[in-house]
Amino acid sequence: MKYLGLIWSNLKRKKLRTVLTLLSIFVAFLLFGFLFAIKDAFGAGVKMADADRLIVRHKVSFIQPLPVSYGVRIGQVPGVQDVTHLTWFGGIYQDPKNFFASMPVDQDQFFVLYPEYTLPPDQLDHWKKTRNGAIVGRSLADRKTLNWKVGDIVPITSPIWGQPANQPAWNFEICGIFDTTKKSADTSTLYFRYDYFDEARTRGKGEVGWYTIRIAKNAAPETVAKKIDEQFANSPYETKTETEAAMMTGFAQQMGDIGAILIAVLSAVFFTILLVAGNTMSQSVRERTEEIGVLKAIGFSGTLVLLLVLAESCVIALLAGLAGLGVAWMLLAIKNPVAQWFPVLQVPDEAMMLGAVLALGLGIATGALPACYALRLRTAAALRRNG
Amino acid sequence: MSTADSSLVRIRDVTKTFHRGAEDIHVLSSLDLTVAKGEFLALMGPSGSGKSTLLNLIGGLDRPTHGSVEIGGQRIDQLSERDLAAWRAEHVGFVFQFYNLMPVLTAERNVELPLLLTHLSKSQRRQHAGNALKAVGLSHRLKHYPRTLSGGEQQRVGIARAIVSDPTILLCDEPTGDLDRKSGDEILTLLQTLNQEQGKTIIMVTHDPHASIRASRTVHLDKGQLATTAPE
Repeated sequence: MKYLGLIWSNLKRKKLRTVLTLLSIFVAFLLFGFLFAIKDAFGAGVKMADADRLIVRHKVSFIQPLPVSYGVRIGQVPGVQDVTHLTWFGGIYQDPKNFFASMPVDQDQFFVLYPEYTLPPDQLDHWKKTRNGAIVGRSLADRKTLNWKVGDIVPITSPIWGQPANQPAWNFEICGIFDTTKKSADTSTLYFRYDYFDEARTRGKGEVGWYTIRIAKNAAPETVAKKIDEQFANSPYETKTETEAAMMTGFAQQMGDIGAILIAVLSAVFFTILLVAGNTMSQSVRERTEEIGVLKAIGFSGTLVLLLVLAESCVIALLAGLAGLGVAWMLLAIKNPVAQWFPVLQVPDEAMMLGAVLALGLGIATGALPACYALRLRTAAALRRNG
Repeated sequence: MSTADSSLVRIRDVTKTFHRGAEDIHVLSSLDLTVAKGEFLALMGPSGSGKSTLLNLIGGLDRPTHGSVEIGGQRIDQLSERDLAAWRAEHVGFVFQFYNLMPVLTAERNVELPLLLTHLSKSQRRQHAGNALKAVGLSHRLKHYPRTLSGGEQQRVGIARAIVSDPTILLCDEPTGDLDRKSGDEILTLLQTLNQEQGKTIIMVTHDPHASIRASRTVHLDKGQLATTAPE
């Protein structure tokens, strides 16, 4: 600690250079925070996936429907404990900018399969009694452009299903607002009743998007999945059954390997920062050759001088790195600018930890060469004496 | 004046050779020198005579190619780099021609630097630094940065830094070389005071005969060898 003043004074030596170096590292870690938040958002579905839940979908594609009658047959497969179905609706409220996920579901089975969502009993009861009732997640209801409350009647249109028969829009009554028990779970979806949807839609009656099932405790997921798919083999609606996590991973990877792309971008950024900050540190230390000579002359050991230089680079990297991560975290906590695409966008705790370690590593890496230079510097030569 | 019993610095048969490409440059050749404890020695000689190299050897900043350097009974040429650094911190105070102060530190914190290597608390370090600056007449300049001080004042800060840890020996390399006559005289008076009143052993490299007369003894170097030693 007693050397902190010396380190800090050296950082203030050329304020503009220090500020520019801090800024370059700050921006790199700000980007790191944002990109990891996006990567995490892509994988949010995988995180939320329940190990006991399987998804049954059409074998050809996720967008191909399945008959609603499959529900009973799937429920009879040994190892299947509970079944429900969901269908992609894709809701728009007034303006296409107000797009959000919405799905018709079975109001009796939905919370059995998704216990991580919580809804007050009176609201659940009201939903079950209201044919055009809908429940919305907390983050969706609180969205500034919506600000929905229980009792509101909201007209929704769908780019897929269009308008209901004889009506300009789907008028849903908000019966409840649900929360979640999982930190990273998505509460930006609107769910409404399938029976109302199936009755009012003008095409695709009797069809659902996919099934979600919960398997019994002792059942093996692979065995259950195989039995389900065998049951519907060679039918017009062949199925593909997989774990929820596998389905979410596949869904996210439809856009490419997001993780690999982000890591490639970050690697390029950090490699550049390593060169820039490393060069700055080297320049800064070389300019102080005589001062390092003086320190050694008055008794600072080579190792101590090496540690002082390393500490200097680490202070710069940690200050700027942690500030970048902190600002990224804070900005996303205050406002999610892409809530319609990524309902849950936050810098994950693991990224904050990784970022801190990376900042320290960057400090060590950028300080290593100048620190070695300072270590090897011959005191007499550094003082540039002529005799 | 220099006897074996009272001698602080004993240099025996010291040779220093630098290699520049294929060429060997003999800077010091079979040099013997003894400096007594409490002595104020002026080391004179033309450029390239080896006086600064000799000062470096005495201060443990360099090692002889051959021979021995003994300070206070300890062979410093045999110490490891780490031990040598620790030895310098305890026994040597350096005063440089161009002051070599840290521009980012105040006078007080420049003087405090050698004390960072001790176990003293911050308040104790500041107290010692304050005392050292008072000793050189700069107690009113504690919080001043080097750029706001005159050359003479900067050299006083340099001397305060050199004496703050109460070293055994002060090594001064052209301490008045960058100063005007008046400031130079003040610095020499200060060094003389430190020698006479506090008993500091001082070895001073200088080109200036005016400076050397303040010393108790003057040694002349020429081509790496002692040329003349003034009578004691």
